[in-house]
Amino acid sequence: MCGIIGLLLKDGSLRPRLGELLVPMLIGMTERGPDSSGLAVFADAVADNRRKLSLYCAQPGFDWRGFEGAWVGQVGAALFEVNANHCIVTTTADLKSAREWIATQYPAVHVLSAGRSIDLYKDIGLPSEVADRYGFQNFSGTHLVGHTRMATESAVTPENAHPYTAGEDWCLVHNGSLANPGSLRRKLEKLGERFESDCDTEAACRYLHWRLSAGETLEEALEHAFGDFDGFFTFLMGTRDKLALVRDPFACKPAVVAETDAYVAIASEFRSLAHLPGIRHASVFEPKPAEVYSWSV
Amino acid sequence: MVSVMAPPTRRVAFDLARQSVRELNQFLHGDLNQVQEVLVKNPDGAHSLAVGLNAPVRVDIGGHAGYYAAGMNKLATVVVHGNAGPGVAENMMSGRVEVSGFASGGAGASAHGGLLVIRGDAGLRCGISLKGADIVVGGEVGSFSAFMAQAGRIVICGDAGDGLGDSLYEAVIYLRGRVRSLGADARVEPMAERDHAAVRELLAAAGISHPSSEFKRIASGRTLYHWNADAGQSY
Repeated sequence: MCGIIGLLLKDGSLRPRLGELLVPMLIGMTERGPDSSGLAVFADAVADNRRKLSLYCAQPGFDWRGFEGAWVGQVGAALFEVNANHCIVTTTADLKSAREWIATQYPAVHVLSAGRSIDLYKDIGLPSEVADRYGFQNFSGTHLVGHTRMATESAVTPENAHPYTAGEDWCLVHNGSLANPGSLRRKLEKLGERFESDCDTEAACRYLHWRLSAGETLEEALEHAFGDFDGFFTFLMGTRDKLALVRDPFACKPAVVAETDAYVAIASEFRSLAHLPGIRHASVFEPKPAEVYSWSV
Repeated sequence: MVSVMAPPTRRVAFDLARQSVRELNQFLHGDLNQVQEVLVKNPDGAHSLAVGLNAPVRVDIGGHAGYYAAGMNKLATVVVHGNAGPGVAENMMSGRVEVSGFASGGAGASAHGGLLVIRGDAGLRCGISLKGADIVVGGEVGSFSAFMAQAGRIVICGDAGDGLGDSLYEAVIYLRGRVRSLGADARVEPMAERDHAAVRELLAAAGISHPSSEFKRIASGRTLYHWNADAGQSY
């Protein structure tokens, strides 16, 4: 199964309340995905010469202060915001060398996302537990992509939780499953994409990122995906200023959209949207199969 | 002079903001003790609302319903004042189920009897494997609707997606709009007087008005009824 949620706030005054609106959305998808959950939050971009890295370490009580000291000594000045076993590093360092430094010096630390706007959290446990662990309630921002996972084809681990990211300020969550992630992966690895998990969704995420990097629009990339992906999917994708949604041509997996003047909200089911302000007067619709929907901040 | 007053309608309300779906369904399955109308407040997309009913009671769901609303319905009238999730009225045996908004995939799947009215659009696979119920859709239906439908009638006032009526048995479809593609063995046939009468009857029952002359009949060509070795893997 799995549940997806997305929220894009058009009304700027709601942005400080993003977390308060999103937590019931995520918890509403508990029955669809009790194993793990994750969240990508997009907020105002940091300066052009800076990048944010969302880091995760599975070791309980990991010494983030030691990590910070080593980073400052060897990589350069940076801002560190530790949140349980996640840490957001804001840096002016070159991303490639920063990633290499982490991989060699701290192989237990995973880079969950990189970019100017995106912060990413994912972990195992009930959505309510994950939300509490990281204080999702207090988050603010412009838009988000969230997921609750019921594992089908790979193990329940933090790295197999969604959202998946590739490149910068790009993430994807998936409800469904792909039958050909292995062949997609082999093709993409030859083209230089590096994989970090064995989840089918990562293949979809990196495939679309590879096509976007080659200059295709999201619509063009997804048009190719309809031919290249063997399986079923509802994908919700986030970029610095956009949410995009697509369902496979057979619409195997559900999705509902509610739109008002203040927001666009997306979920696998209406029960994750029922608490939103003004929902009774929202325009509620079911996205059509094989059509690409997108909304901009 | 004796004044005659009808006995008052006995009504009960459930508020799902405070009560559980199980409480609602257990009440509906129990001795209704002459309750004729049940109002369900704050359904908020909950699953399995008013499923398995077996009494001539009216249930008004005051908002959007989740999966399988009014599934397996018998005798009851269930009205969803909003949208319905996947599988509304699936396997209905008799009675009436009405959705004022849109219905998601698999509406009326395998329904044996009764009437399902969807005022808005229906998603994919509407009336899949229909076994005798009638369905009236005010808007359009998604792809693969009426797949392998065995008996019953489906009136579609809007357009239909791909593969309409694929591998139909004896169910009949009346389509007012356009169809993107017909499924294997489904074909357009002339409307006979009994077809016009059927459309008029079903639209009247649904409270939707269109001239029956605007509908075309789609039924099985019956070419799949017998194994044809020469067809290879063409279907």
